[in-house]
Amino acid sequence: MTGYTSPSFAAGTWLVAEREIMTKLRSKSFVISTAITLLVILASVVIGSLVSANPTLPRVAAVGSAISVVEATEAFEVTEAASREEAEQLVRSEEVEAAIIPDDSPTGLLVIGLDSSPSGVLAALSVSPAVDILEPDTQNKGLIYLVAFGFGIVFFMSAITFGMTIAQSVVEEKQTRIVEILMSTVPVRVLLAGKILGNSLLAFGQIALIALLSGVGLLATGQNILLADIGPSLIWFTVFFAFGFVLLAALFAATAALVSRQEDMGSVTTPIMMLVMIPYFLVIFFNDNAFVLAIMSYVPFSAPVGMPMRVFLGTAEWWEPILSLVVLLASTAFFIVLGSRIYANGLLKMGAPMKLKDALVKRS
Amino acid sequence: MLEVQAVSRSFGDRKVLDDVSFAVRGGRMTGFVGGNGAGKTTTMRVILGVLQPDSGVVQLDGSPITASDRTRIGYMPEERGLYPKMKVHEQIVYLGRLHGMSTAQARESASTLLERLGLGERLGDTVESLSLGNQQRAQIAAALVHNPEVLVLDEPFSGLDPIAVETVSSVVKDYAASGAPVLFSSHQLDIVERLCDDLVVIADGTIRASGSREGLREQHSTPRFDLQLDGDAGWIRSEPGVTVLEFDGGYALFDVDDPAVAQRVLQRAISTAPVLHFSPVTPTLSQIFKEVIQ
Repeated sequence: MTGYTSPSFAAGTWLVAEREIMTKLRSKSFVISTAITLLVILASVVIGSLVSANPTLPRVAAVGSAISVVEATEAFEVTEAASREEAEQLVRSEEVEAAIIPDDSPTGLLVIGLDSSPSGVLAALSVSPAVDILEPDTQNKGLIYLVAFGFGIVFFMSAITFGMTIAQSVVEEKQTRIVEILMSTVPVRVLLAGKILGNSLLAFGQIALIALLSGVGLLATGQNILLADIGPSLIWFTVFFAFGFVLLAALFAATAALVSRQEDMGSVTTPIMMLVMIPYFLVIFFNDNAFVLAIMSYVPFSAPVGMPMRVFLGTAEWWEPILSLVVLLASTAFFIVLGSRIYANGLLKMGAPMKLKDALVKRS
Repeated sequence: MLEVQAVSRSFGDRKVLDDVSFAVRGGRMTGFVGGNGAGKTTTMRVILGVLQPDSGVVQLDGSPITASDRTRIGYMPEERGLYPKMKVHEQIVYLGRLHGMSTAQARESASTLLERLGLGERLGDTVESLSLGNQQRAQIAAALVHNPEVLVLDEPFSGLDPIAVETVSSVVKDYAASGAPVLFSSHQLDIVERLCDDLVVIADGTIRASGSREGLREQHSTPRFDLQLDGDAGWIRSEPGVTVLEFDGGYALFDVDDPAVAQRVLQRAISTAPVLHFSPVTPTLSQIFKEVIQ
């Protein structure tokens, strides 16, 4: 007879985590959906750069002395024409937007359009007075919305995907009753820790990959300025997400332990889903509301979205993300303790969903 | 030796185990029988530490069982379960590693066991693709992969065909032969009767009988004999000290007041007609079972 000593807490946890990870990585649907997500992100970065970097210049035809004037603006793609008639012909055939010919008017130019006044061409030729803005909007509203949406959707998607994976894996073990073998082999906290660790690593890996890909994408397409803008908030987002997800994972595992069948899972995980969904909607609707964002950035469930958003907007003091992280860490620890109690009490209860009150009573 | 000492456990107001004590000796197969809801599964869960007893202790080799002792128990729960989508071999290896085996040890042990249990061809198949009987074999492998020092098997033979029962029982018996205490429960009393060395009978959460199979048989056997003569045995009705239970021409089933009476009956039988059969009748396990749980 050979006696094996049971694995240490860390080794056991890692074994459980490794199984969770391998199972997920082998799931075709997971690999495909991750690949699609990454492709979409890469595509949006690349398309974004193409659209902003290469605006096509309006094509115009120019005649005689107008040629040098028009070329000096560098705002047009110029086709040289020998005469007014030839230029008009180019306009009629829609090869160019407008023709520009010398004139005796005060501007010295005459613009010929086809069926309406070519406003784009006129604007480029006009001289505007100098403008001085007292309180410049440093960031573009569209970009703010995009970043808010990005943080919101990535947090939402990852938390739901991996949260449900944990919940399913807990219920699967209960439903197939393998949990009894597992419980007689390793302590319950090893099981819970392994599940949380495995899925958190997966979620974190996916987020880090997304962050990295967006960063590299921005660099490769020469959008360095944007990267410098988003970079710090991207890093904070990743850090907050790591701990915020552990919190959610503990809650998902605990609530799933209350039921014994996949069919009952929806009802118990709904409150947790709400906790994930609310920050998503809040950041999309209130990304310009400093007060709502300030509250969001400290509430543990929404901090992973709220705080990076404020870092991006530049409305957070340097110490604020750190304080919020401490709050998040403390609540994560609290919910892990609470969650593991519910989890341990729920594992062997089969049949109808368990009452939360019963699960919290300390007894196994 | 595995000992359960004065274990009680209630679920709410219902007392499921009441002062349960028995021992599972090393090198012996101990059958654990009882009706549905008698407390077998709860007892096994307490032994494995999956449930905590309200009072009482479980001891292994004379000292209270610890968490690390428990990892050296091979446990097959009543509620069967393996990950349905995981491959058989991989799954057994995983459980072995959870018990503290190295990957190489776990792989080797899983292969040997599955081969022996007749699943050698199915190593790479997912559990859900196996028939119920084969899933059951995989479940046995899950209990044995870490070369346990104690075996606790809840209904290991349910759902198995007779050949599979043979395969599984030979594997389990080998474990007992190597000195491990083996506790197994079953509803199939004929299998228990054939396999067990010792027997524990539980009903309504209390132990009704425990001891060696032969000892229990003796305890519960009335001095009963059956006799088959090649001739009429009617004279037996008038023998003093004999109570005839069944009679049919040359056949008689009878109880005696004293063993000496049986010998006297035999001598008289020999002198009257050729004796085709004469033997003491020992009660079957199911008879003992019915008797003790009443």
